[in-house]
Amino acid sequence: MAAAALAVLSPVLALIGQATQGAGTHWGHLLQFVLPGVVGQTLLLLAGVGLLATALGVGGAWLVTAYDFPGRAVLSWGLLLPLSVPTYIVAYAYLDILHPIGPVQETVRALLGYSSPREFRLPDLRSLPGAIVLLAFVLYPYVYLTTRSMFANQAAHLIEAAHLLGHGPWATFRRVALPMARPAIAVGLCLVLLETLNDIGASEFLGIQTLTVAVYTTWVTRSDLAGAAQIALVTLALVTIVIAVERHGRRRLRYTSGRRGAPIHRRRLHGPAGWLATALGLAPIVVGFVAPAGYLLALALERVGAGQLPSPALLHAGGQTLAVSAVATIATLGIGLIVVWSRRIMHHAPDWLRGVPRLATLGYALPGTVLAIGLLFPLMAMERGLSLLREASGLDPTGLILLGTPAALTLAYVIRFLTIPVGTLEAGLDRIPPSFEQAARLLGENIHGTLRRVHLPLLRPALAASALLVFVDAMKELSATLLLRPMNFDTLATWLYAEAARGTYEEGAIAALGIVAAGLIPVIILARLLDRPAS
Amino acid sequence: MTPRSRLQFFTRRLPLLAATTSLLIGSVALAAEVNLYTSREPKLVEPLLAAFSTDTGVKVNTVFVKDGLLERVRAEGAQSPADVLMTVDIGNLLDLVDAGVTQPVRSNVLDAAIPANLRATDGQWFTLSLRDRVAYVAKDLDVQTFNYEDLADPHWKGKVCIRSGQHPYNTALIAAMIAHDGVKATEQWLRGVKANLGRADTGGDRDVARDILGGICDVGIANAYYAGHMKNAAPGSDARRWGDAIRVIRPTFKNSQGTHVNISGASVARHAPHRTEAVQLLEYLVSDKAQSLYAQANYEYPVKPGVKLDPTVKSFGPLHIDTLPLTEIARHRKQASELVDRAGLGQ
Repeated sequence: MAAAALAVLSPVLALIGQATQGAGTHWGHLLQFVLPGVVGQTLLLLAGVGLLATALGVGGAWLVTAYDFPGRAVLSWGLLLPLSVPTYIVAYAYLDILHPIGPVQETVRALLGYSSPREFRLPDLRSLPGAIVLLAFVLYPYVYLTTRSMFANQAAHLIEAAHLLGHGPWATFRRVALPMARPAIAVGLCLVLLETLNDIGASEFLGIQTLTVAVYTTWVTRSDLAGAAQIALVTLALVTIVIAVERHGRRRLRYTSGRRGAPIHRRRLHGPAGWLATALGLAPIVVGFVAPAGYLLALALERVGAGQLPSPALLHAGGQTLAVSAVATIATLGIGLIVVWSRRIMHHAPDWLRGVPRLATLGYALPGTVLAIGLLFPLMAMERGLSLLREASGLDPTGLILLGTPAALTLAYVIRFLTIPVGTLEAGLDRIPPSFEQAARLLGENIHGTLRRVHLPLLRPALAASALLVFVDAMKELSATLLLRPMNFDTLATWLYAEAARGTYEEGAIAALGIVAAGLIPVIILARLLDRPAS
Repeated sequence: MTPRSRLQFFTRRLPLLAATTSLLIGSVALAAEVNLYTSREPKLVEPLLAAFSTDTGVKVNTVFVKDGLLERVRAEGAQSPADVLMTVDIGNLLDLVDAGVTQPVRSNVLDAAIPANLRATDGQWFTLSLRDRVAYVAKDLDVQTFNYEDLADPHWKGKVCIRSGQHPYNTALIAAMIAHDGVKATEQWLRGVKANLGRADTGGDRDVARDILGGICDVGIANAYYAGHMKNAAPGSDARRWGDAIRVIRPTFKNSQGTHVNISGASVARHAPHRTEAVQLLEYLVSDKAQSLYAQANYEYPVKPGVKLDPTVKSFGPLHIDTLPLTEIARHRKQASELVDRAGLGQ
């Protein structure tokens, strides 16, 4: 656990070291000309995306948990689909789809009788409202996923008790289901907000200046790494405060229910009500997945039709992506479980030690490239250590073991995504009453046996959910990958990025579709687990 | 298996995994190789690198690092496998030199091929190709000449498209304007450009052409080679439609008769383990063959005088390069970036 804490902290410490190298003269300029606009825009973006994503995620989760209607079974996993598409790909696809010379506006103009976009066009997507809608429809599955597993495993007797006591469906949702799901919503929402805050690709496409973009400008354009580290640390401090406030708010609440009931009896919706529910559930999938992925598919088919098949190099990149993401997922989950479980069994440990899981959030709160930059210094310290070790054992000490192989990349993914299993598993563990392990211990199980035979089975949905999220996130990760990968190593994301940088984005359609397709597999596996409550 | 032993199971196999992977990705030493770290789009240089390998038998390993090239090389220190460092902006290249991660190279071949103002006197960096920043104008507009300063002319209100003001391509242009017209005039100009924008300053250079076709703007600033790519894209493709919608004009600054040019360039890394091959690669990249590949595969402007131009590039008219030294542009870069903030671009 201490090792995990050190790993997560090391890039942050390196950044603090960097930050102290700078004079801080840029703060006057930032305060006067940059921060007023950027902070306002960042807050509006976060508020907008947070609200919309929560509404979509919680609404969707409740809809498929509490009601039965045509297509419910498909929607219940379909709502996860936007997870498989990176935000930058969705932004790009929608810029094409909604551009004045794209299919939508051309159809609108044809219907209205205009011949040229100079006579009539719709408002530009590259705006704050455009960014809010786009990001919310791609990121809501984080909320949906965490909330849905909570609803799915929630003791049905509470809901039924509410019904018996005369609550209607809306009141049951508002007064029973929603409060119980609060930790899950908080975890999902946190991920959504951090994703939004750290997003570079989509924000850049849409012309939105966030704090992260300001960090970039200071570093890349002004060659001021110290200044960028200072802004990054301020952003990090803000994020940490927000998370702490949220945790403080629910510190006294307990979310356990001693009894496990049968799954919720879904209310059957008939006729128009049923079809309305179908439409409501379908809308986020169409906007967040079907339209952009369908567009990519059309582009890719066009390419294939023109004789351009996926090259062996692209397939190789696909294989490397799967391998490095899978390894990172296993490592992240394993370490996350250790961190969370240690905290659970360390009743008497000092507070600062029990607070270690909070550190896990840090990796996710830093923009990918900033994290990677911070990680370079500890990585090189490790390289030197490895080099000495090899020398001592008579091996050739030259060459880079970590940066020369995907090992550095894997470590970066673990640090970056550790917050996902920690958050999800903690929320899952919180719902398992301490009486369960007391009983197990009384019956003679030791601590590890308790974990294996009591907690792990109960945590299965949470484990599956975090595995999916880490895997998909690792596959989509771009900025840290670009900086830390070894030579001659491509993932689908870097492949796609290379096509974009070359200005031939549509040629990357096959790679983009590859990311989506590879993301679909874990989504489907997870969906099956979700519909089968833990026993 | 407990999670702890599961973790051990994994960590014990990590070195094995790393070793297997490194075998798979082919970092096994061959007879001759050279390691290239580049912040430029790999597909753009790949044809050149492939030609180099075929002609010399030297294998090129590449890693494309978008941001943080300097930080990575600096952190790797004396252990760095990097031989050649390649960037697409003079500022980024000089940052590498200033940070001390490059070494001087003496080469008659390089000196003969590259004009003196486009390489370091001490051999720390070399220009490999030129990238002129031009005006894209809607095809049917009657505009024959253009100054960079005209972009702020109220005549273009709501009709200007540019990529982010903070992008190195733009800050280099703005830095050049600071050198020519002074800070005050440049800030005024940026405010004028902001007032003229037809949409947020975002996207890439190709979006300027696309948005001209989409009626969002009439004029914009972008690199010439993108126009070369679009105008030569497959007939009927989107890119071709965008390229056909624009005309390219090579603007000049009012105070000079020159067009702003940025570069792609390279240095030999300070701790290059394959120094000989590194110099060999640089010399190859300024050979007639590679320089005409730059021009014909990539529509960039050759740095070597006298190399045959691509017909599309030629059709953009004669290129009179701004005589401002590249180091002068790099010197004003930070100021340029701050002016972009002051003028409120991007907000």
